[in-house]
Amino acid sequence: MGANKITDLSARELAAAIAAGQCKAAEAAEAYLSAIAAGEPTLHAYNDVLADRAMEQAKAVDAARAAGKKLGPLAGVPLAIKDNFCTPYGRTTCASKILANFRAPYMATAVGKLEAAGAVILGKTNMDEFAMGSSTENSGFRPTANPWDTSRVPGGSSGGSAAAVSARLAAGALGSDTGGSIRQPAAFCGVVGLKPTYGRVSRYGLVAFGSSLDQIGPIAQDIADCALLLGAIAGHDAKDSTCLDRPVPDYLATLDEPLKGLRVGWPSEFFSKALDGEIAAAIGKAAEVFKSLGASVVEVSLPHSRINIDAAGQVSSYAVACYYIVAMAEASSNLARYDGVHYGHRTAQPVDDIIALYSKTRAEGFGEEVKRRIMLGTYTLSAGYYDAYYNKALKVRRLIKNDFDQAFGRCDLVLCPVAPTTAFRLGEKTADPLTMYLEDIYTISLNLAGLPGLSLPAGLSKAGLPIGMQLIGPVFSEETLLRAGRMFEKAAKLSRLRPPATS
Amino acid sequence: MAKTIDLDLVRHIGKLSRIELTEQEVQTFSRQLAGILDYFDKLRELDTSNVQPMAHAVEIHNVLAADTPGESLTPDQALANAPQRDGNFFKVPKVIGDSQ
Repeated sequence: MGANKITDLSARELAAAIAAGQCKAAEAAEAYLSAIAAGEPTLHAYNDVLADRAMEQAKAVDAARAAGKKLGPLAGVPLAIKDNFCTPYGRTTCASKILANFRAPYMATAVGKLEAAGAVILGKTNMDEFAMGSSTENSGFRPTANPWDTSRVPGGSSGGSAAAVSARLAAGALGSDTGGSIRQPAAFCGVVGLKPTYGRVSRYGLVAFGSSLDQIGPIAQDIADCALLLGAIAGHDAKDSTCLDRPVPDYLATLDEPLKGLRVGWPSEFFSKALDGEIAAAIGKAAEVFKSLGASVVEVSLPHSRINIDAAGQVSSYAVACYYIVAMAEASSNLARYDGVHYGHRTAQPVDDIIALYSKTRAEGFGEEVKRRIMLGTYTLSAGYYDAYYNKALKVRRLIKNDFDQAFGRCDLVLCPVAPTTAFRLGEKTADPLTMYLEDIYTISLNLAGLPGLSLPAGLSKAGLPIGMQLIGPVFSEETLLRAGRMFEKAAKLSRLRPPATS
Repeated sequence: MAKTIDLDLVRHIGKLSRIELTEQEVQTFSRQLAGILDYFDKLRELDTSNVQPMAHAVEIHNVLAADTPGESLTPDQALANAPQRDGNFFKVPKVIGDSQ
């Protein structure tokens, strides 16, 4: 099988071809490594490509097949991993200078599960430093370009993973999502991304950002690939006490069963002037597609996630304020571990005491956005401000969750945008941090509530950029979300979009 | 209400955060932090007097593990990334100094 043909296959098709002996795992790994060599100079999706190890893994799959051993569901499928998953090989940098040379001593459970299923790991992908950002421009190394238009961002923070899957520099990828970091880059790059229910996937070995919000999920070429990858990584893990002990359904088995009587919730409040008109139109069309498939569309209200625009045109949302207080507080606490003592960068400047060692090390190692968030988190948790900010945000968090509980009394899932715009230009939003935070206006509420959210292509803009749509469901409704996504994908024929340069 | 985050307060937060700030950073953060905190203040519009705080998305409690020894890192693995080590110890400058 030719290299182009191999990278044209979905992860599921490639796994089937390798299992059937139509393609060797080593050929698949070579095809993807050549695609990476050709694409990386313009895209910069990877921080580290693990070519030798990938070839060894692939050859081991071929040897196992030749020996008649049973192959895993992902045997020989080349995948990319966001650079905030600990792997006992290569570096784990979180795209931060403070971890530039960090070699993790253990394996993240989700990556271990992929490998146990036979996957070949191609490398570690670029991201916003410590997953703090919505464009991958906060990478401490270099930005990643969007394969649809290299003058634009791929979204973030899992921008490297989304760009790699979009440009077929990986058959699929893992990302992490604290406030939209899987779904928004998936939307910007025209691929599928799923943020599972909090507790569905073990976070063991995922470098912590906002521990009550972080969740691992797949970035995939289509819904079936997304189901395949989710099935491989989901499930209980005693090493993560927040990982719930619930059976993992066969997400692929039920994928094509149509959802009879599906009730699609429509939050009108999300469709304000703050939303790009072309995106609003595409999501409206998606609602029509669901209706044509026998679903009903019902109005729902999510008042605390609503977008407000004041007289001065200032866009705001309670959910955005609530989210950033919680996320920054948790980040300031989690990132206290980068101290120049145990691992990571240590200042070379002379210091007299340990406080100076910490302060100089952190000043040198952290980028601007990370510093900003640690400082704001430290401030909102400090004596005298804790109640006004942190505790207040936790109360608003419950109001946001209550809104969803009420909405899911009336519908099975909520249909809404992923982001207010399509992919923006590199540098367009870096000057003002608040402008960048508003990118997350449609994605953060469900992290606060612990709900699953699926981002999938809804069409292309006139400028030829992908438009994403989001399906949000109650906890553990991944099967419903994937089946609904699959219904739409088939009816709208919007699956497996390819950026112009690579099709 | 517009917040003033004066330069001394920024320096103080920097100290609490264990991040040494340049004068340029103190200036920039003073402006930016005020804008962001002002935005956070919008939550004051909401009446939350009868709402219980929600610290976690999935409210589970007391997940206990069996008290049995398991695999752990060897001292060499644990110290492999140490910027400076001394035998089986992480090496640091003196902790109780006279410059505080």
